Amino acid sequence: MSDASFTIDDSRVPRIPIAAPSDYFALLKPRVMSLVVFTALTGVVMAPAPPHPIIAFASLLAIAVGAGASGALNMWFESDIDALMTRTKKRPIPSGRLAREEALVFGLVLAVMSVFTLGLVANWLAAALLAFTIFFYVVVYTMWLKRATPLNIVIGGAAGALPPMVGFAAATGELGLSSFVLFAIIFIWTPPHFWALALLKSDDYARAGIPMLPNVAGPDRTRFEILVYAVLLAPLGVLPYALGFASPAYGLISTLCGIAFALCAVAVYRNREGEAAKAAARRLFVFSIVYLFTLFLTLVVERILHLTAVVG
Amino acid sequence: MEAHWNGGLKMVDEQPKAPREEDGIVLTKEQAQSRRARNIAIGLAIALFAALFYAVTIAKLGGAVAQLPPT
Repeated sequence: MSDASFTIDDSRVPRIPIAAPSDYFALLKPRVMSLVVFTALTGVVMAPAPPHPIIAFASLLAIAVGAGASGALNMWFESDIDALMTRTKKRPIPSGRLAREEALVFGLVLAVMSVFTLGLVANWLAAALLAFTIFFYVVVYTMWLKRATPLNIVIGGAAGALPPMVGFAAATGELGLSSFVLFAIIFIWTPPHFWALALLKSDDYARAGIPMLPNVAGPDRTRFEILVYAVLLAPLGVLPYALGFASPAYGLISTLCGIAFALCAVAVYRNREGEAAKAAARRLFVFSIVYLFTLFLTLVVERILHLTAVVG
Repeated sequence: MEAHWNGGLKMVDEQPKAPREEDGIVLTKEQAQSRRARNIAIGLAIALFAALFYAVTIAKLGGAVAQLPPT
């Protein structure tokens, strides 16, 4: 913003932002928010007796806003390293369209509003879980783990894994076994997903001083860890069927997807040099998104079909 | 130079050549436009928030809310 716009002593006048509503929307990390909404929806529909559609919609909206608040607070705290990475330097704060303080206030207001809205609309267990998720993502992951340890994504992944539990709690007022299984799937899925990205963007992370596993333990160790997590994830993805929460169709789809995920991880493990290594990491990163989306979409679709049949 | 008042702050279409202290804060055209867009967005968000709580209230009360209890 040009200082020429101020006509009196700049120290005594408030800063007038030039940010458009789209800049504030970008602070919410819409793509992450859409994934949170989708996984929370899965938690809602996994409830034995899903709530009234309007209550479910309002609950998901509150969860989405809570996720957006986490994104805004993350961008507030990380604006220094966002400016150093090609992937993030066009965000509203490093590009100068928004001041850090505006992002902080925006994030805090949305966080408080989302938690109280969820409490009033659904129940206070869900609200407490949402508050814990925001706290975990912003304070534990963003402020502490991310810059402190290569295990940042392993532990911090809990924040991204909680939305299905929040959704289930919003629908039922309690925490069921199925919600813990959904949590476990996302929790184990997160490290290989982000380590595949870290293999591709290790220069970015090194420039920003973030101790991602490839920068600290080396790419080969990262490839081994990815393989271990992929092998763990394959049976875990089938667990909803094994425990009776999902149909044999889900069992088949999750088995095939788990095998494909493991094969992608094997390709990353074996291809360690040049373009082949990059292509394998990119393929795993993209397929990891397809994997999670396919599993959760299958759960949602078959659960909705089941509920429709019961009501019909 | 065309000028008008909005919310206590003077908006001008061009940058004044010699701003005076008694003019207060003079918004640039870009600042005025972005503030108007933000105000509209906030207004819409509040309206949607109110509509959401209205819908949730009706859903929680249930369909029999209009019926008087038996005497």
